Amino acid sequence: MAEPMRIRATLQGDVADVRILMRHPMETGQRKDAKGEVVPVHFIQSVVVTHNGKTVLDAQWSQAVSRDPFLGLRVKGAKAGDKITVTWIDNKGDRRTDESTVAASS
Amino acid sequence: MDHKRRAFVRVAAGALAVSGLLKAGSAGAASWNKPGFESKAFGDAVKNLGAANMIESKDIAITAPDIAENGAVVPIAVTSRIPNTESISVVAEKNPFPLAATFDVSNGAEPYASVRIKMGQTSNVRAIVKADGKFYTAAKEVKVTVGGCG
Repeated sequence: MAEPMRIRATLQGDVADVRILMRHPMETGQRKDAKGEVVPVHFIQSVVVTHNGKTVLDAQWSQAVSRDPFLGLRVKGAKAGDKITVTWIDNKGDRRTDESTVAASS
Repeated sequence: MDHKRRAFVRVAAGALAVSGLLKAGSAGAASWNKPGFESKAFGDAVKNLGAANMIESKDIAITAPDIAENGAVVPIAVTSRIPNTESISVVAEKNPFPLAATFDVSNGAEPYASVRIKMGQTSNVRAIVKADGKFYTAAKEVKVTVGGCG
């Protein structure tokens, strides 16, 4: 069900500026639908970003992260063509992994 | 698809093993801080982060709007200039569940994280940085015109 992430990694010197856009409803469990019933809590709990297979960022989230989450990070010592892999897991156990390569600065 | 999943399992297992070696005693990758995220009061959230003795620091920069018109999407960026920063947590003090996110950085990631969060009302946004086992903090007030928790 999960839609692909958009991952952009651009070199600035030897630092890769990584921007990730995920598609997820990030329900807080506090919102009510049109019938007045509480929409069950549903959010991404864990995001792991790897650079050439090594974990660079291990994030834990609550339902306070906005819908369709944006995540930005910077990886030192990166080179053009390096592999960036992102995996998220939500509170229902759904997961998605996408990868991208670091692009040279334009 | 299936072999991709297996590849991920392998990578994840490797990551777990590596992080387990590096930070012996800590819970390891992808363990969700349940008590912290389920804390309803700011003080409890801080305690459950283990940051009760945190020190105010000028070496943490929080980039956030002064006024957020839409509380559902408040962009927050945190940069730490504290050496050996291990993790950065973002806390919205007056949210129903104040702890919004924790970012563990390693293997060359800069002590920086950018994320968008929901805020129920005007409140301090606090960054809590763990470095060399100690906790440091800085805060910035964000005025919220329309809350984003409903």
